[in-house]
Amino acid sequence: MKTFKTFLAATTAICGATAVSATELEVAHWWTSGGEAAAVSKLAEAWEAAGNTWVDGAIAGGGGTARPVMISRITGGDPMGAFQFNHGRQAEELIEAGLLLDLTDVAEAEGWKDIIHPTSLLDSCTVDGRIYCAPLNIHSWQWMWLSHQAYEDAGVAVPTNWDEFVASAPALEAAGKVPLAMGQQSWQSAGAFGVMAVAIAGVDAWSEVTVNKNAEVAAGPEYAKVFQAAAAARELSANSNVQDWNQATNLVITGKAGAQIMGDWAQGEFQVAGQVAGEDYTCLPGLGVNEVISTGGDAFYFPVNKDDAVTAAQKELAALLVKPETQVAFNLAKGSLPIRGDVDLAAANDCMKKGLEILASGNILPDGNQTLSADTTTQLEDLMVEFWNDTSITAEEVQENYADIISKAD
Amino acid sequence: MAVVDEGAEVSASNNSGRPIKLFRNLSSKIAAIPMILTTLVIFVGCTVWTITYSFTSSKLLPKTKFVGFDQYERLWGTKRWLVSIENLFVYGICSLVLTLLIGFTLAALLDRKIRFENTFRTIFLYPFALSFVVTGLAWQWILNPEFGVQNIVRGWGWESFTFDPLYNSDIVIYGILIAGIWQGSGLIMVIMLAGLRGIDEDIWKAARVDGIGPVKTYVQIIIPMMKPVFITALVLIASGIIKLYDLVVAQTSGGPGISSEVPAKYVYDYTFKAQNLGQGFAASTMMLVAVVIILIPYVYLQFGGRKND
Repeated sequence: MKTFKTFLAATTAICGATAVSATELEVAHWWTSGGEAAAVSKLAEAWEAAGNTWVDGAIAGGGGTARPVMISRITGGDPMGAFQFNHGRQAEELIEAGLLLDLTDVAEAEGWKDIIHPTSLLDSCTVDGRIYCAPLNIHSWQWMWLSHQAYEDAGVAVPTNWDEFVASAPALEAAGKVPLAMGQQSWQSAGAFGVMAVAIAGVDAWSEVTVNKNAEVAAGPEYAKVFQAAAAARELSANSNVQDWNQATNLVITGKAGAQIMGDWAQGEFQVAGQVAGEDYTCLPGLGVNEVISTGGDAFYFPVNKDDAVTAAQKELAALLVKPETQVAFNLAKGSLPIRGDVDLAAANDCMKKGLEILASGNILPDGNQTLSADTTTQLEDLMVEFWNDTSITAEEVQENYADIISKAD
Repeated sequence: MAVVDEGAEVSASNNSGRPIKLFRNLSSKIAAIPMILTTLVIFVGCTVWTITYSFTSSKLLPKTKFVGFDQYERLWGTKRWLVSIENLFVYGICSLVLTLLIGFTLAALLDRKIRFENTFRTIFLYPFALSFVVTGLAWQWILNPEFGVQNIVRGWGWESFTFDPLYNSDIVIYGILIAGIWQGSGLIMVIMLAGLRGIDEDIWKAARVDGIGPVKTYVQIIIPMMKPVFITALVLIASGIIKLYDLVVAQTSGGPGISSEVPAKYVYDYTFKAQNLGQGFAASTMMLVAVVIILIPYVYLQFGGRKND
């Protein structure tokens, strides 16, 4: 381990370890789409208003591309000032290796324990009682987006839950619509399945499988229903030949598809297209069956730095991220939910308000990233994308494989 | 002990007669030291490091907790890996045969002293100047049923025409193969052409005097004479096959489902995305083993026979 670090340090040192001035902080993240970039600029503004310099270290290509780059810079001894990860276990090993800054004193001074809601967000920042990250926002997966235009063309009412949606599918197909829009990428297949699992098998069965990794429940009758439903959904999405999630969302926006199961980040697409929630599209949290949302999202971590001035700046930024003003400005631009319940989001649209209500009522789940390791998540993604694209795989077969992966999960 | 003593005696007797073997061509040996060190540290050293850590349960960071063959057991029990191997096999065989065939045919046609040879040569070689990512994206559009070939043919009036290899799990690997061959056969053509130009004009004259037709001359006389050129081409194509990655990422990102996955992509995804170094290393070690299995007979054929001459 030690030799590996020094080896990497030696190689990157040549590439250029630049001196960082006292209040200059490089912040690495993967927010590069239009709405995301606007949200980041809110953070930069707040940081610079406090008299500091924000060096933007955006890495295009999403988390899967950005995370390896960030990790190799940190392990290579050329750390940035701060970096974005998702809530959960992604930074676990970096913390264990002592590469990340302990923020416990900031958290205590700012009283994070009392203000951060839900508390699970702070829990996933905590390792052995010490706090290592500043949570920033909440994104949830459990949404279904329905196109009013598609249902108007098909001459049926917009469904209010999953069963009605399945029942309305033949009418949509008759009108030449794709009932369910679905991108072909693996994370989308696995994500949509996760949403169906929460809605159909119920929260208890879902947590037993995803949190406690109970393979018996995963192989049991409740999950069998989920796999049957997924097999049916596979038929409904058979004609959506798109790759990216936003292309699938676009099918819903243009009325070519009836619905899409996608996280709340899809909302940004509807906004950009000038659509109004409730008039042009409907959002159903928990597929309209189980109104719960998962509390994944983003948090900022701060690599350990030898320069005391940088360490002080890192702690200042950590405190700033959780401040009410920052939370409001950032989350309105991003379309995500704030990590504290005591801020006023009056400008939020209908769908965001639904999310806020569910959050306040406490119907929340941890996100898959918080409970499963990246390794298990990738295996599940591989399995689900195969199932979703190969109709020769039966629901029983995929359930068996799924339970097998859960039984070996760490 | 006796063996060592004998060796010492031999070197001692050598010592008196001529200079020590080690110090012969001293300056060139010193000049080779950086190269030797690079080879030992970067190539051999890192390979050994990777193989060692493939027997550990390393996740995000390397750890020396050894778990025996667990990573390999999991690897060969993973459907995605098996699909990857099968795809590489199909792609490899087809790409090898077709690239050689097309490359040689084009070269032979150009060699018939045709007009505008330079123009044709440039056109055929041009795809090679494009990176795999650009090639992949271009062919993704060409093969896309809504914008590409299928749409054009349907526009001509053949409404039921279907050609969507990238969206059909059974034939997706052939969609990737088309792009691979389009990109690679130009280079092979140029190498073959250089080989053909190296053939003495008198051979052709002799063949003509004996009344042998051009096709028969190529197959029975010219090709056997071009063995070294074919081996060069073979090595180039084979190395292109084993590292197949960017073409797949640009065209299908492994889809539909997992039906166009390849081993190099498995290595990358499990090393970085899944944060499972041990699994990624085990997969890359298997790729190394495959290369070595192919390389050993080749090295033996090329260099092993020399002693018998």
